[in-house]
Amino acid sequence: MSTSLKINGKTHDVDLPEDVPLLWVLRDEIGLTGTKYGCGVAACGACTVHIGDTAVRSCQVALGDVWDDVTTIEGLGTPETMAVIQSAWVEHQVAQCGYCQSGQIMQAAALLAENDSPTDEDIDLAMQGNLCRCGTYPRIRAAIHAASAKMKEV
Amino acid sequence: MSRIGKIARRSFLIGSVAIVGGVAFGAYKINQPAPNPLKPLTGQTALNPFILIDAEGVTLIAPRAEMGQGVHTTWAALIAEELDVALEDVRVLHGPAGKAYYNSAMMGEALPGKGYDTSAFQHSLGEAMGSIGKLVDLQLTGGSSSMKDGFVRMRETGAAARETLKQAAANRLGISRDQLKTENGSVIAPDGSSLTYSELAEDAAGITPPDVTLRDPSQWRYLGKSTPRIDVVGKSTGTAQFGIDTRLPGMKFAALRANPRLGGGMKGFDASAAETMPGVEKVVDLGNAVAVVANNTWLAQQALDMVEIDWEDAPYPPETDQLFDAIARSFDEKPNSSMRDDGDAETLPEGATELTVEYRVPYLAHATMEPMNATALHDGITLDVWCGNQDPIFQQKKCAELAGVEQENVRIHTTLMGGGFGRRAELDFASYATLLATQMKGTPVQLTWSREEDMRHDFYRPGAIGRFRGAIKDGRAVLLDGQIAAQSVMGQSLKRYAGISPMGPDKVHVEGAFNQPYGIPNYRIRGYLTDLAVPVGSWRSVGNSHNAFFHETFIDELAHAAGRDPLVFRIELMQGVHAPSVGCLEAVREMSGWTGKTPDGVGRGVAFTYSFGTPVAEVIEVVDEDGTIRIRKAWIACDVGTALDPSIIEAQMESGLIYGLSAACFGEITFAGGEVEQFNFPDYDALRLHNTPEIETRILETNRYLGGVGEPGTPPSMPALGNALFDLTGKRARTLPLSKEFDLLA
Repeated sequence: MSTSLKINGKTHDVDLPEDVPLLWVLRDEIGLTGTKYGCGVAACGACTVHIGDTAVRSCQVALGDVWDDVTTIEGLGTPETMAVIQSAWVEHQVAQCGYCQSGQIMQAAALLAENDSPTDEDIDLAMQGNLCRCGTYPRIRAAIHAASAKMKEV
Repeated sequence: MSRIGKIARRSFLIGSVAIVGGVAFGAYKINQPAPNPLKPLTGQTALNPFILIDAEGVTLIAPRAEMGQGVHTTWAALIAEELDVALEDVRVLHGPAGKAYYNSAMMGEALPGKGYDTSAFQHSLGEAMGSIGKLVDLQLTGGSSSMKDGFVRMRETGAAARETLKQAAANRLGISRDQLKTENGSVIAPDGSSLTYSELAEDAAGITPPDVTLRDPSQWRYLGKSTPRIDVVGKSTGTAQFGIDTRLPGMKFAALRANPRLGGGMKGFDASAAETMPGVEKVVDLGNAVAVVANNTWLAQQALDMVEIDWEDAPYPPETDQLFDAIARSFDEKPNSSMRDDGDAETLPEGATELTVEYRVPYLAHATMEPMNATALHDGITLDVWCGNQDPIFQQKKCAELAGVEQENVRIHTTLMGGGFGRRAELDFASYATLLATQMKGTPVQLTWSREEDMRHDFYRPGAIGRFRGAIKDGRAVLLDGQIAAQSVMGQSLKRYAGISPMGPDKVHVEGAFNQPYGIPNYRIRGYLTDLAVPVGSWRSVGNSHNAFFHETFIDELAHAAGRDPLVFRIELMQGVHAPSVGCLEAVREMSGWTGKTPDGVGRGVAFTYSFGTPVAEVIEVVDEDGTIRIRKAWIACDVGTALDPSIIEAQMESGLIYGLSAACFGEITFAGGEVEQFNFPDYDALRLHNTPEIETRILETNRYLGGVGEPGTPPSMPALGNALFDLTGKRARTLPLSKEFDLLA
């Protein structure tokens, strides 16, 4: 039985058991590898995507339970046309190994969509589920503040 | 399409097509240049092992593992600086396994000196030793050595290639080479006309490079400045390709389970339930592990849980306490090393006050964000392996041996790494994928470890015990006698990587303790090796990671026992020994407004470590927030000699500090029944955004030689935090992790 999903504006019919987590549908079936596997237990945030407007851990959402359209890092912006938050990440040279950054950016994008002027405390609260073993946190914080300022200019 | 296109495009580097060019430039400090490992296709020219030119432009080979430390950007900048190409226009690749890519700096580090006291003669000797790296296939990223290795070599490589391109243009235009200039990938003639490097490459490949003079740093365009990282757009858009993102036509996905009693064998398994699970294609016996192959990684993981496996016992005492008992017993044996033995450490100086302390630190996992994985394809004759790794030639040799193919028929495709920290120098991930592919000839297969498998099958930072005895007199340290016991990382890893059983004093085991620039008249450091089969390996800063905690906590204890300000106490001991080290302490004193006094509810600690050629001082400030302790601020000062890219250096210093603080606060691997008790991040957590301090970094450039930056930020972070907690609470931290004794913000 196939399941129909809308991902980054495009419809995909997926022929996998309904309990397969969205993460593994994206990565192994559809080939959207920008969303990363880090822990499988919602403890690191590397697999964060948007379902509707909500940032979710895609390792915890079964294929059969996806309730709305899905946006992944690839749908947020491309190297040629980056989203404001991605440009801020580039400007602040956030990434080191880069593996967690898709999840960090998706989490930060959801925060800014809900709150265009987050305080340090708001950022602490929203981002503490996203682990970065390289310790890029100081630049993540700076990039979120910069993206917030930029979004208000527009 | 684009992904397959990229893989195909990359394959020209390792394809079996005729060798074109392959001119070796006089850029290497070796008598016989290594063969050029690049095998360009028609229309492509390899000017040397690091520069490849085709109609589309210039590709630079940066054969050091990009695992986040920014090595590709600065390595490319070293070549581009002299080659005159715009960094934004070049492609940078890891390249294949090849002797030409040996690391010339790591062997120099193996000399017995302390580092900070290196004379010009010893420095040259170190450079000469570096050529041995070529003989032992040391294409290795580690030891914070990449820039020391590439600083002269890569600029000479770029300059030599530039001059041959100019000569090719001179020949074509019938004028002399010195009338020509170069700019942004073109040679410019006196009349303003230009020839691109792409047009000239084929001619240039036949020209023997002339001697070159390197440009004065005042002329640098890229070096010495913060350059945008070449990988940052890819890593901000999900388009950067890590090993785990390898996708090949017809590829299968597999999950792995190896014996959790590390190094133990497998008696047998029952896969009948797993074989009928959805998506499963086959269950494969890998000798001491089982792999399930499926059409989806998660389905493979689910089926693996249904495989019943009968494991053998661990080849080491199964409980943590027993392991530490064995480590403690090492002190009764003869020391392996006395790398420092100044004055008379046996006798307590007259009138001095003695202090004796024991410290203990746990085993630690690397916990890279990207779990271990590798993808392999064995077609019967050749083996292709895609994985992030820190040592392609060692990987190639091991995979060849396991697959039963010739070494030259193994192609290692090194990808970006989702963290390394030493873990990706190991050969196990590529080995298991190779064993699996060998049983699935003709089918590419990606073997991904679950987080649990990764956490529980590491080569751990060894647990260690430090016994330190010292004495103070008239406000100064007059005796420091340290003994360090642990398993030997080098003893195990050199055997795994290269089949070498090192003998003699193990310098890495005592680094961070024996080589610190303190002028203490009676100063001895002895190392004791514990023979245990728990897998141990290099963990960011290696021996420094435990020894700095022992040494710098003890220096702090001596300062407090003497009633002195611990920062001033250190500076006084270093005066006249190593000025750049004093400079780092003076810098953090000024940056933090250090007074030696803190108000109630605030604690500050300082620590210092000289490692990998770089002195680093750190001050940490902690605050008591209603009983919970927050790490509020950190100040770092390092002296790297020449700062090739300040933004990347700052990032590495911050990264090193956070990695160290994460371990100091929460990191601990324990054993029960021979199995690691930590499974996933909830059991082995790290600092996160909300509990990471605000960090200020200052980069100094007075040191005589270029220092490393990837690791030196880590060692002093752990004692600096412990020392700050002592200032706040009056309780001395002598064991890690600190969360066991202190109520830290989690």
